[in-house]
Order: sequence, then C-alpha cells, then structure tokens
Amino acid sequence: MNLSKNPNLRRYLWPCAGLLLLLLINAIIAPEFFHIEFKDGRFYGSVIDVLNRAAPVALLAIGMALVIATGGVDLSVGSIMAIAGAASAYYITKGVDNLAIIIGAGLLAGLIAGAINGFLVGYMSIQPIVATLILMVAGRGIAQLMNEGQIVTFDHAGFAFLGTGDFLGLPFPVVLVIITFVIVQLLTRKTALGLYIEAVGANPSASHYMGLNAKAIKMSVYCVAGLCAALAGMIAAADIKGSDANNAGLWLELDAILAVVIGGASLMGGRFSIFLAVIGALIIQTLSVTIILSGIPPKFNLLIKASAIIIVLLMQSPLFQKQLSQLNIWKKKEANHA
Amino acid sequence: MQNQSAQPVLQLKGIHKIFPSVHALKGVDFNLYAGEIHALLGENGAGKSTLIKVMTGVYQRDGGEILLEGKPIFPNNTGDAQDLGISTVYQEVNLLPNLTVAQNIYLGREPRRLGLINWNKVNRDAQELLTGYDLDIDVTLPLSGYSIAVQQLIAIARGVDMSAKVLILDEPTASLDADEVQSLFRIMRELKARGIGIAFVTHFLDQVYAVCDRITVLRSAQLVGEFEAATLSRSELIGHMLGKELAELGEHKPQVKTENADALLDVSGITRTATLSPIDIKVGKGEVVGLAGLLGSGRTELCRLIFGVDKKLGGTVIFNGKAVNFSSPRDAIDAGIGLCPEDRKHDGILGQLSIRENMILARQIKQGWWKFISRKEQEAIANQYVKELSIATSDIEKPIEQLSGGNQQKVILARWLAANPSLLILDEPTRGIDIGAHAEIIRLIRKLCDQGLALIVASSELEELVAFSSKVIVLRDRNKVAELDGSDINPQRIMQAIAAS
Repeated sequence: MNLSKNPNLRRYLWPCAGLLLLLLINAIIAPEFFHIEFKDGRFYGSVIDVLNRAAPVALLAIGMALVIATGGVDLSVGSIMAIAGAASAYYITKGVDNLAIIIGAGLLAGLIAGAINGFLVGYMSIQPIVATLILMVAGRGIAQLMNEGQIVTFDHAGFAFLGTGDFLGLPFPVVLVIITFVIVQLLTRKTALGLYIEAVGANPSASHYMGLNAKAIKMSVYCVAGLCAALAGMIAAADIKGSDANNAGLWLELDAILAVVIGGASLMGGRFSIFLAVIGALIIQTLSVTIILSGIPPKFNLLIKASAIIIVLLMQSPLFQKQLSQLNIWKKKEANHA
Repeated sequence: MQNQSAQPVLQLKGIHKIFPSVHALKGVDFNLYAGEIHALLGENGAGKSTLIKVMTGVYQRDGGEILLEGKPIFPNNTGDAQDLGISTVYQEVNLLPNLTVAQNIYLGREPRRLGLINWNKVNRDAQELLTGYDLDIDVTLPLSGYSIAVQQLIAIARGVDMSAKVLILDEPTASLDADEVQSLFRIMRELKARGIGIAFVTHFLDQVYAVCDRITVLRSAQLVGEFEAATLSRSELIGHMLGKELAELGEHKPQVKTENADALLDVSGITRTATLSPIDIKVGKGEVVGLAGLLGSGRTELCRLIFGVDKKLGGTVIFNGKAVNFSSPRDAIDAGIGLCPEDRKHDGILGQLSIRENMILARQIKQGWWKFISRKEQEAIANQYVKELSIATSDIEKPIEQLSGGNQQKVILARWLAANPSLLILDEPTRGIDIGAHAEIIRLIRKLCDQGLALIVASSELEELVAFSSKVIVLRDRNKVAELDGSDINPQRIMQAIAAS
C-alpha cells in the first residue's frame, strides 16, 4: 500500500483511522459498546446512540464543509438552529397541524438566514467571520422574539417524529443525515458545482479569469449551510418538544467547524469532502462517549477532548508527517548499521 | 563620481539562486561604490528583485559571495542586513501607518531614560532629522496622515539614520507624481554626496538618466553588463534589457494571411481613461498579433479590456461579425475567447487542484455546471493535452503547484485549448519559465495559428514577437505608437518604436 503516492487516499486515512481507534478503545473499556439490540422495529445500542446524537453536528458539518471550501466560515449556524426551531414552534402553537407548513417554515427561516449571510459575504465582500457573526448574535434575539421570551413547549406527534421517530430501524435524525448527505453529494459531485466551489476557494482570482461567478457560488453555499442548520434546529426542537431560543444549538457552530477541520479541510479554502466532515462529527461525538465510558472524572472532559483533537490534527499535518517519516528512516538506518 | 580604483562598498560576485522550479540568478555580479547612484534594470522576471532579496537577507544565496567593504557577509534576514548597514526602502512603505512619524523613525531603538522611553527626545530628534531632509512635518502625527511620497522619504530617513552605508530603493517612484519624484531625487543626490551607495530599481528610463551614474542590466537571470549612464544611449539600453540577438528560435516566418483574412476581432478606440488611451486592433483568423512595449506600457491593460476583465469606457468591439460588449470574462469565454494571464500564480493556476481539474475547468464553465464532464472524459482530455503539449508529468492527478513554471503554463494553455476558443490572448506566456519550455511554447503558438486559431500575444521579448507575429503593435505610455508588419517586424524597428521619444 503506497499511501504517500496517492494524496486522495491519504486524505481519508487519518480521520477514518482516528474514528476506528476511538471505537476500538470504546469496545475495550466497555465490551457492550458494539452490542446492538433490535426491539419494537428499532435498533438500540451505544453505537446507534452515538449516531443519533452526532446527527445535528453532522448536518451542520455538511453545510460548513462547503462554506469552508470557498474560504469562508459560518458562525451563525447555531443561531439559525434556534431560529428554525422557533419558526416551527410558532406555527405549532398557533394551531397549525399541517406538517408541511411547520417544516417548511423552519426550512424557509434557515434559507433566508443563509441568504443574508451569502449576500453579505458574496455581494458585499464582508469578511465571512464578521458577516456571519452578525447573525450569530442577532439570530438568538430573533428567535427570542418569535418565542416572546419564553421557552415554548408543544405537542405535535408528526413534528416530534423528526427528533424521536425511526425509519427502517434507524433513528430518524440519522436518516435525515443520510438523505442530506446523498443529496449534497450528488449535487456537488455529479454536477460541476463541487469543482466550482473548490476552484473559488483555491484561487478566487484565477476563477474569475475563467468566468466563474464567485458571488453566486458563495451565496449558494451559505444557503445550503442555512438549510442544513434549519434541519438540525428542527431535530433539536422536536427532540425536546420545545423551542429554547437561548440554548438550542448553542456553540454547535464551533463543533461543526471542528468536525470539518478534523476531516482534513483547510480553513483557507479549496478541497472539501462532506464525507470526511461527517466522520469528523462522529469523532467528536464518539470521543465524548469514550470519556464517559472510561470513568474519568467529568472535570477532565474538556481537556481530554482538546488533547485528542490536537493529536488528530497533528497526524494530518504534512509537516508532522514528514518529520515522523524522517524519524522512521533514521531508525531504519540505525537498524541497518546494527 | 566615484573613484573606480577604490573597492566597492558592496560587491556581489557570481551570485546564484535556485528555486525548486527555476534558476533565478545565474552567477550575477553587482558592484556598488560609495557615493554613487546605481540603477538596477531588467524586465520582470530578469532577476532584479531576487538579487535585492539576496542582498538584504530575505533569501540566502546558493552560490557566490557578498562583500561589504571587502569583508564577506552572510545576512540571514533583513535585520542582519540593516545591522550591517544595508537599508532597503520598498515601493510599498513597510512602516506602521497607525504610529506617529517619530515612533516609526525610532521603532525598536527608542532612546531610553531610566528604562522608560524618552518620548520628548524621540520627537525632538525625529523633527531634527527630518528638517535635515527639508521635510517640515509634524512628527507627532500618525504616519498614515502623510502622502506615500512623504512616507517614502521618512522610510529613507529612518534607514539612513540607522547607519546605512548602502541604501536600496526598490521601485520607490512607482506611486509618486512628478514633483514628488523630484524631491526624492534631491534627497538621493544629497545622500550620494554624503558618501552613501544607492542602488535604484525602477522601470522608468527617464528617471534612470536623470539621477543615475551607472547602470547594471539583468536579463533572464543573467548579468548583461555594467554601463556608464553618460555613455549608454537609450536604445542601446533597451536593447540590453530586451535582448537584441535573435535567439535559436529561427527566422522570422510569420503566418501572413493578412490580405485575405476576415477580421475575426475588430477593436476600435477601446479605452479606459487613466489606464489606456483609445486603441485600435484588428486580428484575422490564423493571425498572430504581437503586443510589444515595456512593462507598464499598457499591454496587460489592453488584454484585460478585450477579455472583459475590466470594463471598457469607450470604443467598439466587433467579434465574429457581431458587435459585442463583454461585461465579464464569462461573456468573452462564451463568445469564444480565452486569456492566459500574465501573473500565472495569482491569476492562472488553481494550486491545490489537480492537473486534470485545472485543464477541464474552462470548458466545464463554458458548458454550464449541470452538463458535467464525466470523470472519464476529463481524463481523456487531460491525457490528450499532456501528450500533445508534452507536459512533463507522470500523473494527471498531481496538484498543479508541484509542476515547474513551464509545465504549469502549458496546463493553462491546455485549459483554454480544451474550451475550444477562436481567439486566444496570451499575456507574457513565457515569463519565468526555462529556455526549453520557452522554445516549446513558441513552437506551439506557431502550430496553433497554422490550425486557424487567432492569437494576441503580449511579450517583452522581442525575438519572441519577431518569431511568430504577423503584425506587431507597439505600445508606449499606454498609447499605441506603431503598427508594424511584413519586413518591418524586426527587433531594431520594434526597439526604435519603443524608445522613440
């Protein structure tokens, strides 16, 4: 296996190896980790749990991967989750029963939020971190206004299905991730859109000389990120049967950025893989479970999480890999001399 | 004038600098004497800036010697060079605009009293220093409040005050107006009288003759020679800069089809105030029109205007018999035009992306995003051009940034050929690439025009233009000054047109 010769394969190696390693550790410290039961038409087990809990961040990471590929970043996705949840809750509490309207309201809210981001970044040339900071702050305020300052609770079996239902034995949030993944993957890899996004991120000036419309491309990736965040926000709201403007999706934009970075993407833009972004989201969630299972006092959680992430990122750094391989050669030379 | 028998204050001997893809300096000498102003000239890519960066410690030399007052020196960074007495002032002032003038002058070497900075002394000394330069300004105001010209002078004052023996001015006049240039020259002459050696890089030949004693010319990473400004005529100088001798590229054999060629592109009076005076240009099918002129003469501006990168402010463009008005490159591409830009790294390659992706992108964009070129077709296209243009690579999946400059340029050419244009504009297609690839690209240009493609090629290399052009348009100071065809296309005629003043 000559991985060093094939950069495409190598990109997938470290994130996947990291995830497998974490899963392995989990299986060792908690032998029942991989145990899966089939009960009442649905799978139960720790692995299914990890998938289910990782779903919101995985959705955010799919959108974030596209945004980061254009050289941008979207800090507002956590707040967009709160807005979308509040929008759906608004219609439920107003007595609307039609699920299409309830979900449509959430998605539309996400789309509008994404379009605002895209407009500021693409057409107004405002730095992405600043442009999306606006909605990150204002978004929760908007959600609070929609909730009239309360935590709105509701009871709607159809909507609750988004967060707690199951389909073909899998939790419905996981199914939503899979559907979103497939749609975005088809859109970006079976049309030229993925290549356009990478081109704009890799060299905006050269893309312009080739006639690419960077503004429209940026607009569309922020819209996709907004839609993904809306889905995640509705899952979160459906899960607790309520809309909590202050806490829904809080800090999840950071987890999403982290997931994309763990997946090997450069914040400078260029190459992206939504598959690796999802792997990154799974690594973050699995790690949380590992810490709980290992019985380490909870006060160490954040430090351990940070250390593990540093290790994953180091393993992906070309400089670190080079130094590591030089270390190997050195050892081999020593062995030859011996 | 300096005493020729004395030893130079700064002497560079046989300097070599090798980058991964290009040999940027091939044994270059440079002698700077105390009390002289010495111009360092050459077209872009000749090696001027590399040489300066070697002198100032930005780059480490790969061969040769640098002697400062006879002693070998090894500056590792600009701080080292500064300590040794080599100060540099760049075109973009690299001071801190938000600090005061006085703070900038004494940055990092503030006079102290009891461990605290003595701000009174800083301000007093700075004021005194600048008065010595006839600069009457308030040193307690932020630097950003003053014009670039004043900032340049402040940077020079700072550099000289830090015990400069050698002052390097890297295109200091590029953003100055005529009066400001005059006051810069006055100070340069004053410093010269104080015995400082000044190396002066510029693109303006008038300025060279106004202020310089001697001239060193570089071309294609090599030293052309060292000349006395008083005895070197302007056309000789341009000859040295652009290269007189017809290289191994062979005889002038233009693909002349001018008589029966239908004008594919007919531009009249195209203009963009301030960057280009109204210009006419006509290109027929299978014709190569060369654009000659020094850097800054308007070559690149004309290319960008035709391709719709910049919006034209006047004039008409008729392409393929239809009046067109391109408002973006996309419009030009859809009409069947391609442009290989001058700055390959900044405007051309998509560094991280593969050779294959770099090649198919223009064609993909022309087709539209939903008509995806399948992976199989992409590979077929890439492999075809790798073979046709003999691009030296083992793998079309390699990131393009790993190729040499010449091969990168061929990939960019392939990108446009794959988009099937009827007119291709090449802006400095051979800049910064090695001789072998250079000759290949010229052969390629000839072949393309034999196949009926129309080309506009901007170049600062005369022998190159002579080798393939059926018509040469000469630009000077953003004006069209000559249009040559037939036997008039020879380096002497082009050079005369460029130099005439």
